[in-house]
Amino acid sequence: MYLDSGGLELLFGNERKHKVVLPARLEDGSRPNISYLLKYLVDNLMKDQRIDMFIMEDNVYVNVTLRVYSNSINDVDRRPGILVLINDADWELEGEETYELQQGDNIVFVSTLHGG
Amino acid sequence: MGSLDETCASLRAQIIATEARLAGLKRDLANAEQAAQPETAATAEIQHKDQNGEGKRWPLLQEEYKRYGRQMIVSQVGLKGQLKLRSARVLLVGAGGLGCPAAQYLAGAGVGTIGLIDGDTVEVSNLHRQVLHRTKNVGKYKVDSAIESLKELNPHPTYIAHRTHLTPEEAPAVFQDYDLILDCTDNPATRYLISDTAVLLGKPLVSASALRTEGQLVVLNNPPRAPGDKTGGPCYRCVFPKPPPADSVVSCADGGILGPVVGTMGVLQALEAIKVITAPEIDRPCPQDPPSLHIFSAYSSPLVRTIRLRSRRANCAVCSAEATVTLDTIKSRSMDYVFFCGSTNLPSLLGPEERISAREYNERHPNVTSDSSQLHTIIDVRDEAQFGICSLENSINIPISNILSSSYTAGLQGADTGQPAAQVPSWLPSEVASSESTNPIYVVCRLGNDSQIVVKKMKELGLDQHGKRFIGDIRGGLRSWKEQVDPSWPEY
Repeated sequence: MYLDSGGLELLFGNERKHKVVLPARLEDGSRPNISYLLKYLVDNLMKDQRIDMFIMEDNVYVNVTLRVYSNSINDVDRRPGILVLINDADWELEGEETYELQQGDNIVFVSTLHGG
Repeated sequence: MGSLDETCASLRAQIIATEARLAGLKRDLANAEQAAQPETAATAEIQHKDQNGEGKRWPLLQEEYKRYGRQMIVSQVGLKGQLKLRSARVLLVGAGGLGCPAAQYLAGAGVGTIGLIDGDTVEVSNLHRQVLHRTKNVGKYKVDSAIESLKELNPHPTYIAHRTHLTPEEAPAVFQDYDLILDCTDNPATRYLISDTAVLLGKPLVSASALRTEGQLVVLNNPPRAPGDKTGGPCYRCVFPKPPPADSVVSCADGGILGPVVGTMGVLQALEAIKVITAPEIDRPCPQDPPSLHIFSAYSSPLVRTIRLRSRRANCAVCSAEATVTLDTIKSRSMDYVFFCGSTNLPSLLGPEERISAREYNERHPNVTSDSSQLHTIIDVRDEAQFGICSLENSINIPISNILSSSYTAGLQGADTGQPAAQVPSWLPSEVASSESTNPIYVVCRLGNDSQIVVKKMKELGLDQHGKRFIGDIRGGLRSWKEQVDPSWPEY
């Protein structure tokens, strides 16, 4: 899988693009989805410790520790102001965090800009 | 020296005299132009009458056929499109990095009425990207400066200056007189206000933004259907239902911006505006293109990536059947945009005893020599590029992003004191971090906000040895260094 952090590279060791290899099937037999990917990124690729820059719970700033995060994974949303793109489409068109990842998928995280 | 002084004085006097003469000439010209105007209008009328006499064969002036000919022969525009442009009324909110190039192309294309709203005045630091403003217009209202340039480019359109920032009270009345809105602003609160008002008044919205080397462009509320009509285009809230945390929003003043990046986005706004205005009428409920967001990235390939967006959100606060925002809630401020987006005013994190003024710092540590520099440490927490522009002698650069992104292990209990021992972070040079030393540590940044955050962090890590070692920041940062100590310090 190919990832582009689209402006959020500061959180990922200043690398914009990452290739990620995930298991085709998880231990429980399901396919890895976007939820799994978010957790994978936080666990493995994110260099910055400010997890709250990347993930927010509802509208409340939470300092998600990894354990809390994996336990309450259904409550965790991306932070407002970050678009998650699945193959050049807003993830809302693709089932959001339940979208099952396919070979060669292109996932981009883009932070919104406000300057002008 | 005496004769040089005289020469200077004489040159100054000549400049003043010449400027006065220039001002007089400009006044005379303005008067002459005003006097000439009725004639021009009369001539135009005659021309129109002539044309009308020939059975309304020529809806444009001769000059307009020549002026707009190159775009009229493009099949997507044609005479029909040109007439639509001439009768279009477009409002640009913001006359800065986006608004300038957007207005320039819309004026050039012959949009009939162009309104500009902005309460700012031109600053020198705007000129590298806000291409309608001239050096001589620094200090003037941006809208007046912009319209001055636009009139030189194309005298045909009607230009309307709104010398004020857009407020919730006035937004509906201002928008009412226009057909299409361009969001050329620079902050989330105004972006939500613009989108909400545009949706409720049924105006399509072309929105763009830019920062550093990247830009974003999206056409919203297109087609502009009534709230609750799912066939209308999504609005800003459909795409971004919640504003980002206030402290994650970076402005061009803080983050920087390349002129051609924001210029590209403004030009693309003008293009989208022309496309919306000249689009053939479609009765079909489905819009011609699916809603999309264009992301420009100057240092990536491809330069532009286009992504498909969702359609209207079923529970959108503005454009859905469940809408809660109305023109009344906007005007009465019961929809509070500043509260909605959060305030960025940082409270003072440090007590007065933890901060010193630039003057005081300079007095305590005058004429830093390599010897006395051993006695204190000054840490500059701006990023590398800013540190490279100008830095204090003997200061060391540790960008705040490095400090905040580092991981910290839990403090170990000190064997003797029972208090947590200091955690030495990897970003701090070991000779500074040494627990042997109680030499003071000062932290400085551009304006005195980041420095407070870093001081607080260092104390949390126990580096102040429970009060034995002074760690504090320079109040007001390097800006106050310029004001209080070194007037020659470059302000960027």
